Amino acid sequence: MTIRRIPARYLPIAAALLCAAPASAAEAPIKIGVIAEFSGPFAAYGKQIHGGIKAYLQQHGDSCAGRKVEILLKDTTGPAPEVAKRLAQDLVTQDKVDFLAGFGLTPNALAVAPLATQAKTPMVIMNAASSVITTKSPYVVRVSMTLPQVTVPMAQWAARNGIQKVYTIVSDYAPGLDAEAAFTKTFTAQGGQVVGSARVPLKNPDFAPFVQRAKDAGPQAVFIFVPAGEQGIAFVKAFTERGLREAGIKLIGPGDVVDDDVLEAMGDATLGIITTHHYSAAHESTANAEFKKAYEAANGGSSRPNFMAVAGHDGMAAICQVAGKLKGKLDPDKVMAAFKGLALQSPRGQIHIAPETRDIVQTVYVRRVERVKGALYNVEFDKFPDVKDPGK
Amino acid sequence: MPGSLPGVLFDGVAYGSLLFLMSVGLSVTMGMMNFINLAHGAFAMAGGYVCALGMERLGIPFLATLPLSFLCGAALGAVLERTLYRPLYRRGPLDQVLFSLGLTLMAVAATTWFFGPGQRPVRLPSFLLGQLHLPGLDLGVYRLFLIAVVAAITVALVALLRGTRFGARIRASVDDARTSAGLGIDVHRVFALTFILGSGLAALGGALSIDVLGLDPTFPLKYLVYFLLVVVVGGAGTIAGPLAASMVLGVFDVAGKYYVPEAGAFVIYGLMVALLLLFPGGLRRLAR
Amino acid sequence: MRAQVSEPPPAATARTSGSPIAFANRLSDLRWRPAELAFWAAAAAVFFVLPGQLVLASQIAITGLFALSLDLILGYAGVVSLGHAAMFGGGAYTAGLLANHGWDEPISGLIAAAAAGALIAFGTSFLALRGGDLTRLMVTLGLGLMMYELANQAAPVTGGVDGLSDMTVGKLFGVFTFDLGGRTAYAYSLVVTFGVFCLCRRVVRSPFGLSLRGIRDQPVRMSAIGTPVRRRLTAVYTLAGAIAGMAGALLAQTTQFVGLEVLGFSRSADLLIMLVLGGTGFLYGGLAGAAVFMVAQHLLSGMNPVYWQFWLGLLLVLAVFFAPGGITGAIAARWQKGGRR
Repeated sequence: MTIRRIPARYLPIAAALLCAAPASAAEAPIKIGVIAEFSGPFAAYGKQIHGGIKAYLQQHGDSCAGRKVEILLKDTTGPAPEVAKRLAQDLVTQDKVDFLAGFGLTPNALAVAPLATQAKTPMVIMNAASSVITTKSPYVVRVSMTLPQVTVPMAQWAARNGIQKVYTIVSDYAPGLDAEAAFTKTFTAQGGQVVGSARVPLKNPDFAPFVQRAKDAGPQAVFIFVPAGEQGIAFVKAFTERGLREAGIKLIGPGDVVDDDVLEAMGDATLGIITTHHYSAAHESTANAEFKKAYEAANGGSSRPNFMAVAGHDGMAAICQVAGKLKGKLDPDKVMAAFKGLALQSPRGQIHIAPETRDIVQTVYVRRVERVKGALYNVEFDKFPDVKDPGK
Repeated sequence: MPGSLPGVLFDGVAYGSLLFLMSVGLSVTMGMMNFINLAHGAFAMAGGYVCALGMERLGIPFLATLPLSFLCGAALGAVLERTLYRPLYRRGPLDQVLFSLGLTLMAVAATTWFFGPGQRPVRLPSFLLGQLHLPGLDLGVYRLFLIAVVAAITVALVALLRGTRFGARIRASVDDARTSAGLGIDVHRVFALTFILGSGLAALGGALSIDVLGLDPTFPLKYLVYFLLVVVVGGAGTIAGPLAASMVLGVFDVAGKYYVPEAGAFVIYGLMVALLLLFPGGLRRLAR
Repeated sequence: MRAQVSEPPPAATARTSGSPIAFANRLSDLRWRPAELAFWAAAAAVFFVLPGQLVLASQIAITGLFALSLDLILGYAGVVSLGHAAMFGGGAYTAGLLANHGWDEPISGLIAAAAAGALIAFGTSFLALRGGDLTRLMVTLGLGLMMYELANQAAPVTGGVDGLSDMTVGKLFGVFTFDLGGRTAYAYSLVVTFGVFCLCRRVVRSPFGLSLRGIRDQPVRMSAIGTPVRRRLTAVYTLAGAIAGMAGALLAQTTQFVGLEVLGFSRSADLLIMLVLGGTGFLYGGLAGAAVFMVAQHLLSGMNPVYWQFWLGLLLVLAVFFAPGGITGAIAARWQKGGRR
C-alpha cells in the first residue's frame, strides 16, 4: 500500500496557466477549490463551469481585493458523492482553500454540504439545481438556479397563453419528478389540464413509444424535461419524426433540453420550442456581449457559453465582490453575511442572493428557438422578473 | 390500445435493428473469435466521428460516409489487431477484459482531447427524414432505412460465412485453430481478417446509430451494456442468434414502454435475465 | 468462453500438487508469512506517516474490502460477477437508512448491512449461479441494473439520484467522532477490513475453501465425488454478499452520504478491473489492485483533471502485457522462479 502525497505543485493547473507571474508574496492568494465533473459523461459541465470562471478572470484580471486568485480544479468523474467529499476534505485540510465552488450535480453538492458546515468553508454552487441544497448548510450559497424556479414560470406562461391540455414527459429520476410536480401543480392551479404523463427511464435510447403515447392523448402541448445531451437530442428527433409538430402540438419545458451547448447539435428540429430559463447566449445586453467575448477569448472560441458558464462567471463575481467588501479578510461567517442580499449585474441580467435562503433570485425568460444569423439560439420574448425558488 | 399494435411492432423491429447494428461488430469479434473485446464501442465511436466529421468538415454526403466509416474502422482494427490484440488471443478472458477496458478509457480521453466533450451532430439528408403515411400506420423513414441496412448486412454476412471459402476457413479456425493450421489454413491471417471485418462493422454501426443515440466521447462506455446484451443473449458464433436477440429485445422493450410505461426500465433487463436463464447457450440454440 | 478463471494461481498449484502430507499441511498452514506481516504493518503505518491522505486511504481500504469479497467468489469459486454492487449498495443503503432514521450507532449499522448484503446475495444466488461464465456475467449485470432502477424508483425512501443525505453517524464506540481528516474513518475501515481478511484467510484454507477451488477447477468431478456443488457456491456467494454489504456500510458511514451510484454499473465494473489488476485468488489481489488503481486515479486526476483517464487506461493495458495474472500474480510468479533456483 504505497500512498504518496500529491506534490502540491501539480494542483493549481489553471492557476499556473492564468497567473504566469508569481504572486507578489505580499499577501497569500485567495484559494478557490473548484469541484466539478471534468471527465466522464458529464464532462461538459466541468468544461462550461471552468470556462465561465476563466472568462471572469479574463475580463477582470486574476486578483480580487488586492489578493491573487488561485483556482484548484478537482475532478469528481461524474455523480460520485464519496469522491466529491474526499476532494473537498483534501481541499479544506491540505490546501486550506477559502472557498469551495463548482458542483455540477446535486448528489456531489449534498455530500459536501455537511463538510462546509464542519470546516466553516463557504461553498458556492455553480450548477446543481435541486431545491434542498441550500438548506443543508448555512455555508452554502447558490448562484445558478433551481429547477422549480425555471419550471413554474413555464406553467404560468402556458396557462396564460391559451394552452389548456398538456402531456408531460420527464426522465424518471428525482429532478424529473421535481419538474413534473412543479409544472403540474402550477398548471392545474391555473385551470390547465394534464391529460397524461410519462416517465422515461434515464438510460433510454428510444423515445418513440413515449412520444407516440403523447400524440395519441391529443394534447395542445408536450411538457418535456430530460437531462441535456443525447437524451434531449433523441427526444426532439422523435418528436419531429412522429409528426407532432405537424399536428400543431407545441413543445414546452424548462430550458435544459435546449441547452446552448447542444442546441446546434440538435439542429432544425428544435425550431419553435418554447422554454423558460434564466440564461440564453442570445440575451441582449452589454454585460452578456462582453462576457461572450471573454468566454471565447479564454476558451479558444470553440463552443458558446451556456447557463453553467454564466453561473461559473457569476460565482467568481460574487466571491470577488464579497472579498472586496471585506477588504480581502475572508472570515467565513463574515463572508456568508456578505453573500446574503448580494446583488450582481450578471450577463443574464440583474440577480441577487435572497438573505434568508442564500439562494438566487433572478429573472426567468420565456424563449423560442429561432435561427439568428445562421445559428440556432433561444430568443427571449417574455419574462418573469425576480423569481424566487418556489421549492422553499 | 390494441389498434396501435402494428405501429408498436414496427418500432420494436426498428429498435431491434438499431441494437443489432450497434452490436453486430462485437458478435463477430467476441462471438466468433472468443475475444472479450469491450473496446467494441471505441471502434463504433471511431466510425461515428468519421461520419460526423466527414459530413461537417469535408462536406461528404451521409450515405457516402458510411462505407468510409467501415473502411476507417477496418483500418484501425487492422493496426490494433497486429500490434495489441494478437498477443492476447490466448490469454484468459479476465486479461482481455482488463486490456480492452483500458483501451476504451484511452479512446474516451483521446477523443475528448481532440474533439471536446460535447455532442456531435449528424444531419441526415432530407430523404431519410419524416414519416411514410400508410393507412392506419405511420412509418419513420430512417427506421425503414435501418431495417433495410440490417437485412442487407445479415444477407451479406450469412453469404460470406456459409457460402465462401473464407467463411469456411473462419468457421474452421474458430472451432479448432490447431487442426486448421495443420490443414494449411493461415490461421493468423484468417483471424486478422475476421477482426478487421468486425471492427469495420462496429464502425458502420456507430455511424448509423448516431442519429438515434447521439455521439460524444463517452459513447463506448455508455452503451457497453447494450452491446453485451445482444451478443450474450444471442449466443456466440452465429449471426442469426444476435439478430433474433435484437429483435426480441427491441420489440419487447418498445411494447413495454408503450403499454406499461411504469415498468419502463425493468423490461429490457428482466427480459435479458429471463432469456439467459431459459436459453443459457443463447438464442441461436432455438434456430437449431 | 469456458475457463473464466483461467488457471489456478501458480502458488496454489505448487503447494497443493505435492504429497498428501503437503496437502494436509496446507490445510493447517495459517502462519503469517513475513511479506504478509509487512503488508499490514505498512497499512497501519499509513495512519502515522501520511496523516494528510487518510480519507483516500480509508476509501482504498473500503474498496479493497469490497474487492476481497469479489475475490472470494471469483478467485476461489470461479463465479464471475458484474453486479457485485447490488450487495454493496444494499449494505450502504441499510446503514444509511438506519442512520437517517435515528439509529446512528455505527457497529450495529455495519452488522445490519452485512445481513442485508447476505440476504440480497442469497436471494439472487438462485439466478446468479446458473449457466456458464458469460451467462453469469450478464445475469448479475442485469440484476445489478434492476437494483439500481429499484433504488431510483424508490426515491421517497432512498432519495433517488439526489442521494440519501441527512444521515448523521454517531461516535464510534461512543468516543471517536468521524473527523475531517479521516483519522477515525481510516482506523475503522482498516480494522474492519483486517478482521474480515483474517476470516477469509481462514475460510479459504479450510476444507470448505479447498472444495471451492475444486469446484472452480473441476466442477463435474467435484459433484461426482459427492460435493454439494450448488450448496457450496450459494454459501460462498452469501458470505461474499455479507462482506460487500459491510464495505458498502463503511463507505456510507465514513462519507455520511449514500448516492445512487453505490449500485451503479461502473462500481461493479471498476471493481472487476481492480481485482484483475491486483490478481485473483490471493486475497491480497483485491487490496493491492484497489490501492494501485485508486492511488493512480488520485495522482493522475490531480495532475490533469480532464484527460487523466488516458493514462489510467494506459496503465491497465501495460499491466496486461507486463504483469499477466495481475500484480500479486506477477509477484508470486517471480517469487516461485527465485525459489526454484
